[in-house]
Amino acid sequence: MKLVHNTVQDVAKDALLWEDCVPGGAHWSGIARRGTTLRMIDVAGGANCSAIFFNRDEKLERYNMADTLKAQHTARLTRGHVCYSDMGRVLCSITADSVGWHDPLCGPSDAATTRAKYGEKTYQDARNDMLRNGRDGLLIELAKWGLGKRDLAATVNFFSKVWVDEAGDMRFVLGHSQAGALVELRFEMDCLVALTAAPHPLDPRPHYAPGAVGIAAWRSGTARPDDECRLSCPENGRGFHNTELYYR
Amino acid sequence: MSAALVESRFDPRAALYDEVLPAGEGWLHEIKLGQTFRIEDLRGNQAVDTLFYSAADPGERYSAQDTIRAQERIYLTTGSRLLSNEGTALLTIVADTCGRHDTLGGACAAESNSVRYDLDKKYMHSCRDTFLRTIVARDALMTKRDIAANINFFMNVPVTPDGGLSFANGVSAPGKYVEMRAEMDVVCLISNCPQLNNPCNAYNPTPVRLLIWGNPE
Repeated sequence: MKLVHNTVQDVAKDALLWEDCVPGGAHWSGIARRGTTLRMIDVAGGANCSAIFFNRDEKLERYNMADTLKAQHTARLTRGHVCYSDMGRVLCSITADSVGWHDPLCGPSDAATTRAKYGEKTYQDARNDMLRNGRDGLLIELAKWGLGKRDLAATVNFFSKVWVDEAGDMRFVLGHSQAGALVELRFEMDCLVALTAAPHPLDPRPHYAPGAVGIAAWRSGTARPDDECRLSCPENGRGFHNTELYYR
Repeated sequence: MSAALVESRFDPRAALYDEVLPAGEGWLHEIKLGQTFRIEDLRGNQAVDTLFYSAADPGERYSAQDTIRAQERIYLTTGSRLLSNEGTALLTIVADTCGRHDTLGGACAAESNSVRYDLDKKYMHSCRDTFLRTIVARDALMTKRDIAANINFFMNVPVTPDGGLSFANGVSAPGKYVEMRAEMDVVCLISNCPQLNNPCNAYNPTPVRLLIWGNPE
């Protein structure tokens, strides 16, 4: 099986830690240490990657949707934004993004809605082409680290765009992410990352064909004093301050 | 948004439960299947941070993402089904004279106050402190891990088509209320928000009235 997708040609070989490719529908978890950058690539276009982050050392501290949105006055995530934990600290920063909009609102797909949209395709019938949903994939990954459904809070859907009209209605944008699109997360804390490449729950395409997500990590260092994410709003300056206090 | 406002068919004099919750206080109470629960904004523009759990399994709880994704709309009003992380309806909103309630702003916390306002704001009272004190006082069934994104009844957090989000001036007023029918036995956890740093409470946190009626059928 070919795991390398030339996702990191521009990264110095001695800084590269690993690379992998998560097939469409599959799930992954691992540790991303402070000072590591994780790149995600939409290999063929139209992928979705639903992800959640935890403080590796105290997993009660986790990604907090509301704190992330309200601190940065945003309902989308892109370069210059950070992902906040519930403890006022920055778990990771978005340091590169060729897509421009990632969905923090909708969360992962689940078994019932996946079955309703795509029908049944079990392992017995389809082997590893079975239909996998986002929530169950994330729960499997969390269970590997002793976590469960109580720990599965709101996630970010990377590569997907859902905008909100004046009435509050949510609009999924088809064809938002192109083949080769990438987003990079620089980790400011030692984190457990869990992700799934199952389809976005509002993706209207009738056939189950989730895209693969290439992932790679390298040693990048943490945010410098003049870092774009640190300076993008005064709130983030304080968020980085809180984070740096934690590691003194 | 011009939501149709729907009034209640219940008489407060017939309520099983009728209490006032001051700002800055917590409330943990069971609401049985078929019972109707009302939150009344007594003095206007008070944010009521609210979470729901299945009484049978606190691991099944209100999920903001499941709720807004299923209705494909970010605001709550009459007809909104409040879904759990299992995709099951916990309650359904059956009356609403305010017209819009927030699903994205979450609760204030000491730590997020330090980020949003200033480092020295972290010693001000906050909703998460109220949530934690309330569940710790009750028993150990729920912990910090069970505190996820909550509903902010009466709070106005508009999202713009270009992805902006702000805490705007309230759209509620004295006497406005929201009412919901329990679709299973649920536990409700409220922090009547003490936030003084943004317009979610019009900078003046005030009491709310909580009522429960029995199943009329």
